[in-house]
Amino acid sequence: MSLSLPRVAASVTVPKGSLQQVFDNLRGAGFTLIGPTVRDGAVVLEEIERLEDLPQGWVDEQQPGQYRLAKTGENLYFGFTVGPHSWKQFLHPPRLRLFSAEKKNGSWVFHSPQEPPPHYAFVGVHACDLAAITIQDRVLIGSEFRDPHYAARREQIFILAANCGRATSSCFCTSMKTGPKVTSGFDLALTELPDLFLIEIGSEAGSEMMRGTPWEAATAFDLSRASRVTLHAEKQIRRRMYTDDLPDLLYANLEHPHWDEVATRCLSCANCTMVCPTCFCTTVEDTTNLQGTASDRIRVADSCYNRDFSHVHGGNIRPSIKSRYRQWLTHKLASWHDQFGSSGCVGCGRCITWCPVGIEITEEVNSIRTKAAR
Amino acid sequence: MSTALAVADVHHPVDPMVPRVATIRAIKPEAHGISTFAMAFENPADRASFQFQPGQFNMLYLPGVGEAAISISSDPADARHLGHTIRYAGNVTRALGRLKVGDALGLRGPYGSHWPLEKAQGKNLVIVAGGIGLAPLRPVILSVLRRRDAYGRVLLLYGARTPPDLLYTSEFGWWRERGIEVIVTVDLADEKWRGKVGVVPQLFYFIRMEHKNTMVMTCGPEIMMRFVIYEALARRVPKDCIYISMERNMKCAVGFCGHCQFGPTFLCKQGPVLNFAAIEPFFGREDF
Repeated sequence: MSLSLPRVAASVTVPKGSLQQVFDNLRGAGFTLIGPTVRDGAVVLEEIERLEDLPQGWVDEQQPGQYRLAKTGENLYFGFTVGPHSWKQFLHPPRLRLFSAEKKNGSWVFHSPQEPPPHYAFVGVHACDLAAITIQDRVLIGSEFRDPHYAARREQIFILAANCGRATSSCFCTSMKTGPKVTSGFDLALTELPDLFLIEIGSEAGSEMMRGTPWEAATAFDLSRASRVTLHAEKQIRRRMYTDDLPDLLYANLEHPHWDEVATRCLSCANCTMVCPTCFCTTVEDTTNLQGTASDRIRVADSCYNRDFSHVHGGNIRPSIKSRYRQWLTHKLASWHDQFGSSGCVGCGRCITWCPVGIEITEEVNSIRTKAAR
Repeated sequence: MSTALAVADVHHPVDPMVPRVATIRAIKPEAHGISTFAMAFENPADRASFQFQPGQFNMLYLPGVGEAAISISSDPADARHLGHTIRYAGNVTRALGRLKVGDALGLRGPYGSHWPLEKAQGKNLVIVAGGIGLAPLRPVILSVLRRRDAYGRVLLLYGARTPPDLLYTSEFGWWRERGIEVIVTVDLADEKWRGKVGVVPQLFYFIRMEHKNTMVMTCGPEIMMRFVIYEALARRVPKDCIYISMERNMKCAVGFCGHCQFGPTFLCKQGPVLNFAAIEPFFGREDF
């Protein structure tokens, strides 16, 4: 056992049970642990406390429009990929009070919420989802305006990333160059081996949370085993999206007949935007007391697939499903580049898995490319 | 404490979604279902620090009802009294219409891009507006009138559906006196109307204009702006000398809510005033 702390950028190994010590250290430092756990037949993200809360032994089978959990004999803690939840629900909550208004002496007083933001430690962040967090950073705190609610949560998070050792048929992080291995932006990053965790130390805070664990410097053997884990995931990824021509291809094909074809299948249900880890659109609601003297302004997650999303006096800008699907896809893969300097897609595949009719973003782009106007 | 953030240097220190309190100082009925509300911040420091450019807008908030993006229609040289010309069209604007002088509401802004008045100096100016589209252009007219000699010929082509829908008609007299050619049309005349009848873009048929050194600024229904652009291009006005002001659903005005996207632009940030050359591939596209 080592009493000192591993230095930043070091790779160490710990017995699997020692992850509980890291959890305890985080909780002791005031963090609320959010991590993967099994509920309702899916790996979801919720508050966790113990190693036993993790989905040990479960793996996810994903197909377009299909998600199933299966038990394996491997008993890995992090054998799954990504479920319906993403970290945006904690950093960019789907329902949030922005401020309250109170009528006093005939005028209004506006109160900002005073509750301190939660301290979250995210456990098991995959590479695609880490990329999604940096994308939402650019959207919500990267411009002249800052969302103070996002900023307050974001500035305090601790990220314990987990490199993927498996991929499903929906995954295409390699095309979007976001995974399957995390490269930066984490406090700790683990790779799960059958007998131990290999942990890369990403920050001082990450090093501090290793206190009390029997860590040892990783051997060349462990490092090579760990790299084979992510390589295995990489080799499993069959889905591809060719991105080099992307913004231009979509901009040049805004009237492509394929948009009509997708519209015959798309239900405009908004599932893809809800599960997407980068989709950030919101709307606002007001609730008042019966006298109309006090009200809350609530920000609620919204979707460009909702009819009202584009409502202006006189009607909707995008009344057809075709126009709404085109808006989503061209925003995600084309105009996102103009707005935020990167694609809005990280290749996590959630929109493919959770689409009730199995529409595949990668295949729709390919269909447009086959008969493209250039 | 932990993971480093990539954060822009410039940022607004306060929560951009929380409005400040303003009160209504005066209400002037302008046309059927349209009034101009003069507002001022309750806090004198807010009043003193507020500045805006012609074409920018504010978010007006009625607690419990909602928020609406409304162009500032008053003189930018007097930002202590902010004019908002409001047509009662939806829930929020109808509720705004029920307010009285002295009532309080929430106000945040100014937001968005502005008309390129600096670039327009020394140039001829053709201002083309339809209906309430004249509201965001009124600050342009008032700014031009303050420095009339800084611009060449200035034309205002304006129209509305019917004569009672025309805005600011009482001001046309002094705008003309001070050197703005005002040409007005209505889509549908009534028995008292003696002026032109026809849609706004047709007013181009009545003017002789130089295409060189001319800038066109237009705001109105998109279908009107499409044909204004058509007429301007037919008169060989360069695409990058045509500016339009667009409207979309808007919830936040600071680029967070995603509602006002028009292709690559957020109309709340890069818009509402856009250079036609920059958005040509997207403009006029069905259901875009």
